[in-house]
Amino acid sequence: MNMAMTNVAAGQYAIPRRVGSHRARAVTNGVMTGLCAAAVALALVPLFSVLWLVVSKGIHSLSLSFFTKLPAPVGELGGGVGNAIVGTLFMVGLASCIGLPLGVGAGIFLAERGDGKLGHVVRFTAEVLAGVPSIVVGVVAYGLIVLPMRHFSAMAGAVALAILMIPTLARATEEMIRLVPRSLREASLALGVPAWRTSLSVVLRTALGGLINAALLAIARAAGETAPLLFTALNNQYWNLHPLQPTASLTVQIYNYAISPYEDWHDKAWGAALCLLILIGGLSLIARLAAGRRSQA
Amino acid sequence: MNVALSTPVADTARPKLEVQKLDAWFGNVHAVKDISLGVDARSVLAIIGPSGCGKSTFVRCLNRMHELTPGARSEGRVLLDGEDVYAVDPVYLRRRVGMVFQRPNVFPTMSIRDNVVAGLRLNRVRADYEAIVERTLTQTALWDEVKDRLDASAIALSGGQQQRLCIARALAVEPEVLLMDEPASALDPIATAKIEELIDELKQQYTIVIVTHNMQQAIRISDKTAFFYMGVLIEHGTTQQLFTRPERRETEDYVTGKFG
Amino acid sequence: MDKGHTSREFDRELRTLRDRLLAMGGRAEEQIARAVQALVKRDDTIAQAVIDADATIDQDEIGIDELAFLILARRQPVASDLRFVMLALKVVTDLERIGDLAVNIAKRVRDLMRFPLSPMQDRIELLAERVLGAVQLALDAFVHGDAERAEKVIDGDVDIDALNMHVIADVISGGDVNDAHTVARALALSSVSRYLERIGDHATNIAEMVIYFVRGRDVRHHWPRPRG
Repeated sequence: MNMAMTNVAAGQYAIPRRVGSHRARAVTNGVMTGLCAAAVALALVPLFSVLWLVVSKGIHSLSLSFFTKLPAPVGELGGGVGNAIVGTLFMVGLASCIGLPLGVGAGIFLAERGDGKLGHVVRFTAEVLAGVPSIVVGVVAYGLIVLPMRHFSAMAGAVALAILMIPTLARATEEMIRLVPRSLREASLALGVPAWRTSLSVVLRTALGGLINAALLAIARAAGETAPLLFTALNNQYWNLHPLQPTASLTVQIYNYAISPYEDWHDKAWGAALCLLILIGGLSLIARLAAGRRSQA
Repeated sequence: MNVALSTPVADTARPKLEVQKLDAWFGNVHAVKDISLGVDARSVLAIIGPSGCGKSTFVRCLNRMHELTPGARSEGRVLLDGEDVYAVDPVYLRRRVGMVFQRPNVFPTMSIRDNVVAGLRLNRVRADYEAIVERTLTQTALWDEVKDRLDASAIALSGGQQQRLCIARALAVEPEVLLMDEPASALDPIATAKIEELIDELKQQYTIVIVTHNMQQAIRISDKTAFFYMGVLIEHGTTQQLFTRPERRETEDYVTGKFG
Repeated sequence: MDKGHTSREFDRELRTLRDRLLAMGGRAEEQIARAVQALVKRDDTIAQAVIDADATIDQDEIGIDELAFLILARRQPVASDLRFVMLALKVVTDLERIGDLAVNIAKRVRDLMRFPLSPMQDRIELLAERVLGAVQLALDAFVHGDAERAEKVIDGDVDIDALNMHVIADVISGGDVNDAHTVARALALSSVSRYLERIGDHATNIAEMVIYFVRGRDVRHHWPRPRG
């Protein structure tokens, strides 16, 4: 630095040798790249250890009957988590039916009309809601649905999951729609297309890839929730597809198995965890593929 | 030179587009101040002036795109064939007064074919789409370049091709007036020359108002030129007169580059 | 040109063009003046000097043409700049022709020196004086961008034409037709007169271009003041 300043003062604009030498820069570059690589490796350690642990401990439990059978009592061989898989899919499906239209709708509102006072209120609410711990959402659903109906139910679990989906989905939708260049909207309006049709046929259509991605990620996240289901859907040892009955779910099943004192239930917890991992991984993969295909098109 | 600068034969007494005492604001910014001028049918009016002189805002008032900007408003009258455009539904107005923007804005999710007929399809207008695609793409000299890949995505085209596609898309709705907001400013010289050639062709059928930063372009393509400065119409006359012997000192200084 | 172009280089080019044009105009004016001087003083040396100096004016013409073309190609001038370059391209041709005519006069002066002084000498000197004045006034109008002075040049051309007609008529009627010397002298004298008259025409051309350049614009108005 000093050298550089004296050089400038002397009116010589030659690059100072010590600062700019090729070797020095190469060394700095190498060290920095190495540090970055180390940080990446460090971050990957827990990720891979979780994956390794779940796969190595859960793989033994997996069999066809594990996916299709009801849970077996303690000490009995066999049995599965079929009802929990179906329950998770059922509740996540129900939650999506409630949460997707609301979340995407709110996002469209924020993007199109969100510059007013109401928009700010909605946006602030969504942000606060996104930060609320999921167990609190579970308690709220318990108070709102389970208590008045005097019954744990799949519907109560779905509502809790939907409440978790809505704020993130709304914000993601808003972002996606705002990413659509204003010029496209103007192009459509300048062709004499009404504003509402422009929003639907041009703006939403352009943002569709991002929307699908955001929705799938929200669904995957909901599928991995345990806490909100504890006081809402509770659990069920049998098959259930009735929305007003308690329903099993993979996450609660894992929780129950894991806190039990029995060795073979612990194994089953690992198996169920692997199941959940595959389910969520599959959803994320679909989201990735969908997004990739859209961006290439 | 002679062709471009010759004044068009006035076939109607009343101008196609007549602007009377137009003012436009963005919030508190008075962007267009008391502008009155007429545009003859089947002629090209070029609007020149330094950045921020209100020329884009002025043009956007003509098809009521200006009012879509939050906080924007305008006063005064714009008559299209004698009818006040502020008294009709802007959606229908924009089908009569088409617009081409500075940067090509093709619909990225649509094919070339769908882009051309987007204005018709989105408005549920039934027509012979195939014939319109071929006609407008031929008009814009794009047909030979894209006829074998009409179903390919429009964003695969080059910038110049995209801009000509945007013009074809605007023409497909069959407007009477075409507004162009610096349509060639983002293009290379060859693509620019093609657009200019196209404007010369389109003049036979349409009334064109073009905003341009490029004075040589204004000289080449327009019949009349209007010079805007700080939202005010300083001078409006035939292109030949404005660029050889401007009446106002401000115009003289601007066109000769003695600005600021 | 009270306000400079944003491009300083463009300003310099236009100024160079103007300076060279003025230098060439000065040289052309000097050529006429010296040709007239040779005529009055019957001085062979001066006449020869005029003939020799013409090459410089031809060089001026080539240089100015090149510069004007360069400016046209590089700047695509419009409005007053365009009119100025057009003025330069036209005036340069007139100045070059004036130079050629001065040479022609000098050559006729050398012929005339073989004969005794003509009685028409005074008339021709008067014509020469008028023509020189017209050229000076035209160049003056150019320097100052003064259309009124240019108009005077155009008005004065009628007198020059009339004077020329008189000189030629008198030269032809006044001489002894049978004297070969007198006939040759009359031919040379009427040539000089005609050359002078043509120089006057070129001065008129220059004056007309100056008027086109100046009157092309009206500078009554001013820039709108920024509000707020």
